[in-house]
Order: sequence, then structure tokens, then C-alpha cells
Amino acid sequence: MPYLNGLKTNTVNRENTGCREINPPLLLPAALFLRENMIKFENISITFNTKSDAVRAVKNVSFEVNKGEIFGIVGTSGAGKSTLLRTVNLLERPASGKVSVDGVDITSLDKKSLRRARQKIGMIFQHYNLVHTKTVYDNIAFPMRISGKNGKEISKKVPELLEIVGLSDKARVYPGQLSGGQKQRVGIARALANDPHLLLCDEPTSALDLETTRSILELIRDINKRYGITVLLISHEMDVIKSICSRVAVMSGGEVVELNDVYSIFSNPRHEITKQLVRNSLNLEIPDGILGNMKGSLVKVLYRGPSALNPVISNAIRKYPVDINILHGRIEYINNQPIGILLVNLRGENSEVTKLIKYLKDNTASTEVVYEQTDIKPAS
Amino acid sequence: MSKQILSLLPDLGKAFWETFQMVGISLSLALFLGVPLGLLLFITDKGLFWENKIFNTIGGVLVNIIRSIPFVILLVILLPLTQKLVKTTIGPLAASVSLSVAAVVFYARIAEASLREVDKGVIEAATAMGASIPQIITQVLLVEALPGLIRGFTVTAISLIGYSAMAGIVGGGGVGDLAIRYGYYRYQMDVMAATVVVLIILVQIIQTLGDYSAKTADKA
Repeated sequence: MPYLNGLKTNTVNRENTGCREINPPLLLPAALFLRENMIKFENISITFNTKSDAVRAVKNVSFEVNKGEIFGIVGTSGAGKSTLLRTVNLLERPASGKVSVDGVDITSLDKKSLRRARQKIGMIFQHYNLVHTKTVYDNIAFPMRISGKNGKEISKKVPELLEIVGLSDKARVYPGQLSGGQKQRVGIARALANDPHLLLCDEPTSALDLETTRSILELIRDINKRYGITVLLISHEMDVIKSICSRVAVMSGGEVVELNDVYSIFSNPRHEITKQLVRNSLNLEIPDGILGNMKGSLVKVLYRGPSALNPVISNAIRKYPVDINILHGRIEYINNQPIGILLVNLRGENSEVTKLIKYLKDNTASTEVVYEQTDIKPAS
Repeated sequence: MSKQILSLLPDLGKAFWETFQMVGISLSLALFLGVPLGLLLFITDKGLFWENKIFNTIGGVLVNIIRSIPFVILLVILLPLTQKLVKTTIGPLAASVSLSVAAVVFYARIAEASLREVDKGVIEAATAMGASIPQIITQVLLVEALPGLIRGFTVTAISLIGYSAMAGIVGGGGVGDLAIRYGYYRYQMDVMAATVVVLIILVQIIQTLGDYSAKTADKA
């Protein structure tokens, strides 16, 4: 029952993403009773000792991952995200701080309890890490054998897992004969073998092509939905985060610089690193040649939430005697909510252009003049 | 000529049996002691689960010392030990003592190298699954290293046939000893040629068997 409640809170959270942030103080008392967080990082610091000095890979990181959500950690390589992820099953022991998984402080467990806890935390890897000399069947059965499941359970469960990942015909095949995407599917089946409540994904699609990436992410989302397994995923690609995560933490230099729901991160990035990552992902660049020949001002208009559906540009054209030329545009749907970005070129009387910009500012999420050609001739 | 060889057949048979004994004993010990030793050297190394610098360094140096002693000299050095263990220094069983010592350290290094080849990610995946160290050793490390272990075993077996010929010097007997006695001391080149041919065939068979088993074990 508490578990269910936890899930419910999450659903609300996910649906609400973007428009408004849920007020944390309101949820806090409930969270205390329901233990609705699956992972809780408290002041995690990790230091690597090299020959010359000590490198602080993770610096005093604290945040929570809710039950049932797909949480992403994004950052460039060396940001410490992989190191942080590996503290969850203690592949990396933090120098200081506490990691709790489902209410249990994982750093305080003895060896045997830690092994038990690890059996309930599935993990998939960038390079799959399958046992080459075992068949697909034996790879998937492996974690079950480790946890002491009997043969009957194993022979019942493995075909089910193969079915889930769509590899029923590959049971007797060795990993060497599979494609990258198929290997990752075996990795996922293996991670699910002991009915985990948490799935850790360490750059799961970074070695895969676009098409395969999409199908693997779909599979992860499907598993999250069907079995309510919490997913903590790290990636250096904003596109991966965008397509499946509900919330994301942006890491840079070992610190979490921004944490929010994915929609807000995309529509309103605050930190410089986040802005850069979002920019790379949205890819709105205008070639210099075109910019040089352009007259008038270049304005970036951002729509978000329900306002993205209003015909703002069309109204603006009717209202003001200004020429509007759309140079670049894109609409993204993140968690089923639209974000629209338009780059428009405005030409007309200065005063009218100013009024139009004000009109756009009032009616869209944000409007900013990104470029202005000094030699403005009034359009006749 | 053929008559001469024919008359030698019983001797040749006996020599083969002796070689077989020496190689068999030392190879078995290489397997049962060399693999654990190689495993210990591997998992006590930096960054692995039984990291132990003192053991690793001492073990490594000891193995290197034994490996750097020329086998003929090792034979002589180990004579007192042989005397103690088998109550004699003559015969294939006596020769097996020093052969075994050489074989164990030789194969330990090969086993260590094969284990080192195992993908660290796979070990990490097993750790993440909650596998215990013995489970990781028996169900991941040794399984993944098996093709390399088999190839190394083939190399060890063939080297031991060579070493066993030297064991003839201290009265170990065997095929090598036969070749030296007849071919070198008595100038019976045909006898030496015959034993060499037999040895070549033997080595070929071992190599082929070894390659085949390694290939079967290797699924990558």
C-alpha cells in the first residue's frame, strides 16, 4: 500500500512536468511516511587518488530519485555521472556521504547483505558486459543461479525474459553472434532476472546506432511502465534523456548544477552547461552567410506548454505592419508537451518592430532578440 | 636399417612410457597447482578483490626466480628435494619432481596472463549482480579464461616434452634420453631420426588437439 501511494505521487509528478513545479514542502511529510524515494544520495563525495594528487570526481552531491520514475543524469564525459551511478550498488564506495536504496543505507551493509541488496538492483552497461563463453540462456540464468534459485524457477523465468526483450529464438546462441542491440537486450533480460526494483543504466545506448538506440530506450520505458521498476539512467546525450526521462540532473565537474523535470530543463535551462547541452540537442543554427545578408532583427521565440498551440505569429502579422520571415523552427514534444522554437527575421519601422516584439514577449514563453543588423531600412 | 629400428621397438616403447609418465605427472600438477597459483597472482594484483601487494610481489618474484633458472640447473638444484620425496634421483618419477616444479610456475604465469585477458566489465557485471568472490572465480573468471587456459596448457605440454628429454641426463629415461644415447653416443643416426620423427608426430597431435579444444571453448 505505501508502495502504491508512492507510485501515485509520481504519476502526478510526471503529468505535471513543465507547467509548474510541485511544491516540495507539501510532499515532504508524505514522503517521510511513504518512503516514496527509491534512491537518496546524501552529501556524496568521491575522491580518486592518483600518483600526483587526489581528484574529486564527485563533490557533495545530494538528491533523490522517486519510486517508479525514469531519472536521468546527464553531463559531458568526466562530469562524474558514471562514478555517482556506481555508488548505488557500491561498485564505487563514496569517500563520504550516504546512499539509500529503498530506505536502506547501502553503505552500511555487511558483505552478505550487500550481495543480497545487489541482487535486487539490475544494471546494464554501455559495452553490455555479457559472459562470452555462456549462451544467451545461461547469461540470463546466471544472476538467478547466483541468488540460489532452483532449476525449475530458472527454466520458467528465462523464456519469459527472452520474450520480454524479443529474443526468444536466440536462447542457444552465444553473445558473439549477436548485434549490439541484441546484446543490450540480453543485458536487459539479465538485469531483470532477479525481479529488481531498480534498474541502473550506464550509458546503455552510447555504443548503438540511432535506430537501435530508439528501440532499446523504448524497451526500457516499457519495462518501467509495465513493472514499475525505477530507472536511473546516465547519458551524455540530451536526446536520450529527452526521449525517456521524467526528471534529470545535470552534472558538471563532479557537481549537480541543475535538477528539474526534463521539460523545464529543455524549455528553461538555467545553468550555462545545461544551456549548452540543450542547444546542442535542439541544434538551431543559422549559417553565417545567411546571417550576414539578413536585414532587420533576428528574434528567437520560444513557446511552451499550452501556449505553443496559439496562433501567435499569425496574430502578430495581422496586428502590426511588419514583415516576418521564419528562418528556422522546431517543435519538440517532451513527455507529450510541446516546446516550439522559432527563429524569425523582423523587418519594418523600428517602432512597429518594438511593439511586435513586446506583443510576442507577452504571448510566448520567451522572446529575445538574438541578432540585429544595424543598417535597418524601413520596409515600404 | 629397418631391422635395427625394429629391434629397438621394445626400447622405444619403454622410452615412450617413461616420457608419458614424466609429462603426465608434471602436467597434472601444473593444472592442479599452476591454475590456483596463477589465480592468486592475478586476484592479489592491484585493483582486484584480494589486492595484496606483499603476497603479489613475493609470489611474482619467486615464480620469476624459478623460471629464470635453466632447467638443467634446476634439475641439479632439486636433487636433494627429489631424494627426500621419492627416495631416489634416478628414473622417470625422480625426474618428475623438478619437471613439475618448472611446469607449475610456467603454467601459473600463463594462467595469470589468460585471466588478465578477461574483460573487466564482465567481472564488474557479476559483482553488480551480487555474486560472491568464489562465484565470480568459478563461474566467470575461469569460464571466460578457458580458451586461453587451454592454449597455454598445450604450450606447457609441448615444452614439457622438450624438458623431459633433458631429464634423461639425470637418468630420467624417456624418448629424449633414447635419442641421445643411440644417436649421439653410438652414432646411430637412423635411430635418432626415428625418435625425432615420433616426437614431431606427438607434438603435432598435442597441438592439434589443443587448438581444437581451445576453438570449441572460444565462443567470442
